[in-house]
Amino acid sequence: MIISKAKPFEDILKMLEGSSRVFVVGCNDCAALCQTGGEEQVKEMAARLTAAGKTVTGSVIPDAGCHVLDVKRVFRGVKDQLADAEVLLVMSCGVGTQAAGEAVGGEKRAVPANETLFHGESQRFGHFAQRCLQCADCRLGETGNICPMIRCAKGLMNGPCGGVVNGKCEVDREQDCGWYLIYQALKQFGRLDLMKQIMAPRDWSKGQPTVVLERKPGGAA
Amino acid sequence: MSRMREAIERGEFVVTSEVGPPKGTHVEPMLEEAALLRGLVHAVNVTDNQSSVMRLGSLVTCHLLQDHGLEPVFQMTCRDRNRMALESDLLSAAVLGIENVLALTGDHNRLGDHPGSMPVFDFDAVTLLQCITVLESGKDWAGNELQGTPTFFAGAVVNPGADPLEPELIKAEKKVAAGAKFFQTQGVFEAETFGPFMEQMRPLGVPVMAGIILLKSAGMAKYMNANVAGVSVPDSLIKRMADAGAKDKAAKEAGQKGGHAVATSIEIAAALIRKLKPLCQGAHIMPLGWDKHVPAVLKAAGIELAATA
Repeated sequence: MIISKAKPFEDILKMLEGSSRVFVVGCNDCAALCQTGGEEQVKEMAARLTAAGKTVTGSVIPDAGCHVLDVKRVFRGVKDQLADAEVLLVMSCGVGTQAAGEAVGGEKRAVPANETLFHGESQRFGHFAQRCLQCADCRLGETGNICPMIRCAKGLMNGPCGGVVNGKCEVDREQDCGWYLIYQALKQFGRLDLMKQIMAPRDWSKGQPTVVLERKPGGAA
Repeated sequence: MSRMREAIERGEFVVTSEVGPPKGTHVEPMLEEAALLRGLVHAVNVTDNQSSVMRLGSLVTCHLLQDHGLEPVFQMTCRDRNRMALESDLLSAAVLGIENVLALTGDHNRLGDHPGSMPVFDFDAVTLLQCITVLESGKDWAGNELQGTPTFFAGAVVNPGADPLEPELIKAEKKVAAGAKFFQTQGVFEAETFGPFMEQMRPLGVPVMAGIILLKSAGMAKYMNANVAGVSVPDSLIKRMADAGAKDKAAKEAGQKGGHAVATSIEIAAALIRKLKPLCQGAHIMPLGWDKHVPAVLKAAGIELAATA
């Protein structure tokens, strides 16, 4: 899922400067789980905006803020409230913010209420961990199912750097060194031979710049 | 032809020191200090935006050292250049006659003075060494033919104090497979632990130069113990530096000349070199600003270059 956190309210007000009539869009999927775009947060945002002198013309919470067709469907039910607004404040990820803008045909400004952080696991309520960089060049099969691009601060492909102290990363001494985790996992699997192979650097031509993926009939991309 | 390579291939005990380019364009003090090393060391490493602090470039500093009669070791990190820039700088080095290259990962940008800069790390130390080998075959990384083939003498670093050591040794093995012809180590302070480390390195068949850090004070030693990966200064040495520091303080208060810390630091480094010499094939001195004391260290350690160097 996509992990997000709320922007400071002052930053949101700054983006809304010059627009007094605001329509709020949430997201009942990732952002709801992150408590950045669910029912409670949308309600609270509307109250704060009102207290700050804005007029909230309405709000909706699509099932998934990134699903443009679904957002359009939900928007059809609140046409007048949308028409009355100058700007959409979107409490979703960056994808949801753009989807909301597209769902109104690009006719209104859509601004983000959240910072989009990463693609990660929800490990327990309110606790998320970054796990995938969407690099289109997955090496998990060779790295003991631990992604070096995420778990190593430098995204190194061939073992730990010289900055590791007691198995912790030089950038954050609280964080485990990804390559020590990989080493331990491969050792446990009896596959240190995988660590001994020289791994090619990431191929940046893969997946980038793929802006659109068209799935062909039969499921192949 | 790299004199350092020749010396290593002849089986000599090879000595290198290290200079850090200045932050700014005022290069004279660095060059004056480096000139003191002429004829005393085989080569001088030039750090590359050391500690992720933006400075004058390593490549141009290497070139300046050549002009001053010193053979440079061009340190290259993967922090701030992608593969195209690294390859291009390698070709530039070759054209300037710079053959010795030390391939490093590089500290993370967040640790330095440009924490908001993009951490590149397109290559790592292993793939950078592989790339050097590829360039020497007359092709670039992408497989295109080069017009004119460069020659390098590529090396890498290894940390004898890494804990656990196994992943570090695996990486060292990969560095050798990728083309490393020599190793310089992180600072070593105990010959007793260096011996067993060398036993593990020996099967790789690549000469190892022991890293020698000049201690400046007890505080610096304690700081390194707490913060620098794999460096462990024994309490006995910390105490010697503390005592020397106290003597200097007393001398200063009495209006007398000090110099006890410097003398102790030189003694410690020289004694280490003497002890490590039978175990490895060289010493890489990291003076960390105390460049002017390197000649005294070498003298006290009884290191003299062969006449050919």
